[in-house]
Amino acid sequence: MDKKLLMRGSQVIGEAAIRAGCRFYAGYPITPQNALPEFMSGAMSGLENGTFIQAESEIAAINMVIGASMAGARAMTSSSSPGISLKQEGISFLAAMELPAVIVNVMRGGPGLGNIAPSQGDYFQATRGGGHGDYRTVVLAPAHGQELADLTRKAFEYADRYRTPVMILADGMIGQMMEPVVFPDPVKLDELPPKPWVLDGAQERPSRIIKSLILDTVEMEEHNWKLARKYKIISGEIPRAETYMTEDARFVVIAYGTAARIARGGIKRAREMGLKVGLLRPITLWPFPDRAIREMSRLVKDFMVFEMNTGQMIDDVRLSLEGRSNVHFYGRPGGIIPTPDEVGKAISSLYYRQHLEED
Amino acid sequence: MEELVFTRPRYIKKTPFHYCPGCGHSIIHRLVAEVIEELEIGERTIGVPPAGCAVLAYDYFDVDMGEAPHGRGAAVATGIKRILPDRIVFSYQGDGDIAAIGTAETIHAANRGENITVIFVNNNCYGMTGGQMAPTTLLDQKSTTTPGGRDKNRDGAPIDLSEMIALTKGSVYIERTAVNSTRNIRKTKKAITKAFKAQIAGRGFSLVEILSPCPTNWKMSPLDACRWIDEDVMQTFPLKVIKDEIG
Repeated sequence: MDKKLLMRGSQVIGEAAIRAGCRFYAGYPITPQNALPEFMSGAMSGLENGTFIQAESEIAAINMVIGASMAGARAMTSSSSPGISLKQEGISFLAAMELPAVIVNVMRGGPGLGNIAPSQGDYFQATRGGGHGDYRTVVLAPAHGQELADLTRKAFEYADRYRTPVMILADGMIGQMMEPVVFPDPVKLDELPPKPWVLDGAQERPSRIIKSLILDTVEMEEHNWKLARKYKIISGEIPRAETYMTEDARFVVIAYGTAARIARGGIKRAREMGLKVGLLRPITLWPFPDRAIREMSRLVKDFMVFEMNTGQMIDDVRLSLEGRSNVHFYGRPGGIIPTPDEVGKAISSLYYRQHLEED
Repeated sequence: MEELVFTRPRYIKKTPFHYCPGCGHSIIHRLVAEVIEELEIGERTIGVPPAGCAVLAYDYFDVDMGEAPHGRGAAVATGIKRILPDRIVFSYQGDGDIAAIGTAETIHAANRGENITVIFVNNNCYGMTGGQMAPTTLLDQKSTTTPGGRDKNRDGAPIDLSEMIALTKGSVYIERTAVNSTRNIRKTKKAITKAFKAQIAGRGFSLVEILSPCPTNWKMSPLDACRWIDEDVMQTFPLKVIKDEIG
């Protein structure tokens, strides 16, 4: 373990990626994530076997990552919302060809060009696959600097273990903020699990093919079910959520990333007023921690989903609860960052409206 | 005593080609495989097939093959080569793939001087999808999307992608050849050999554009298709060494 460092969020992802054994990065400039490619250009040039490419487009960047992944490297690209839209074809190919890769989305306001302020507008795109075809992307949602470091390490591990693209879903706020971080030790590249599928030349073995075209419908169906079985295994193994002050809570806020940090402040204020309020923060957005939410519904009859959008994760909360509890919503789209006071007021007004203060 | 004088190249699998009668892909596959064998690089070569008629190239080449999304061959090849610089990486792309949807990836890979080899098969149409106009379709050439012939004012003129790539500082060897005659096939093999040798020597981006007959979509007999390349296609796309910094 190293000492505590004060670092900007985007750079934390970069440093954590290098320590996770990432040796290939390709990206294209877009605000608010430029600190990450800038960091990677310097970090990779300092490594004997590191590659940084400033690609001609987002599309080229994700396709370079496809190539690097085929060749066996831990590879990453990053962008912000409009750029992630452009990468979706490549992400679909990664999923189809069962190639590991890490994609970072530092979300900004949208749709369209939107703005460069923090937003959570890409939840649907991230968790529903985003590109074409029947697939899922593992989506991790860090909320603070330390978690950026820890989840970046996890992202590479999941990508390799499940041979699938993993997305780190952050926003402009987490990307820009400077926070103290303790990094995990660097992995030893030669100790990583072998990849007996890479394309490195058919020396003393039969030639290999990595492809996504499966013209035969029976084979294609088989491949779809194979992927589905894999997604089911992932759904059983990695869902994660963090709770805060939920032991005696009658009202629980569900929020992730930056919204969860703001919600914490709002919950503190509500607690000061004597309201029994807690927070459930999904850390994996896909697979969604539905069981944790469902279990909570035995005691909690009112949930408030708080998102920096007009309501996307709320669909997953409703699906998790299957009507067991009331689901309320508070949202601020467009890059607005509400204050903890504002969220606290939203919480208390709902709390009283539902008469939760009565015994 | 019988002597074996003609056989399947070592790096072509025993899978029957699906290509149409008279199509140039089978010849070009064979040439590439022969060159790989002669240069003794089969165990360290990785190929990148395109979307298009040659998408199934991975079923024919007996080397490691990694499919690229439509047009992205040069970007995928870039990723492979940067991780494994001592391997030989080639992409195999059609004219729609490389000169329309993949123009940016190709030009920028060349400009960066990526040490890869591109086999660019130009049959002046989108073959796999049924013969639509490609960026390389000749003026007045009929296609399913230019039923009255390609019109310069409406559809633009055929694009000289190889000449454009030659303008980039990172490209070292660009030649346009054809496979419509024995003589041209021999010259094509020479060009492919030179392109791979450029990569082996670490010189930079090499590309061979190969004019290739598509009798099915041109609605011609194979013989007429070969003749049409000589008489018409070469007027727009003359056979020549476009750039040679190898010597």
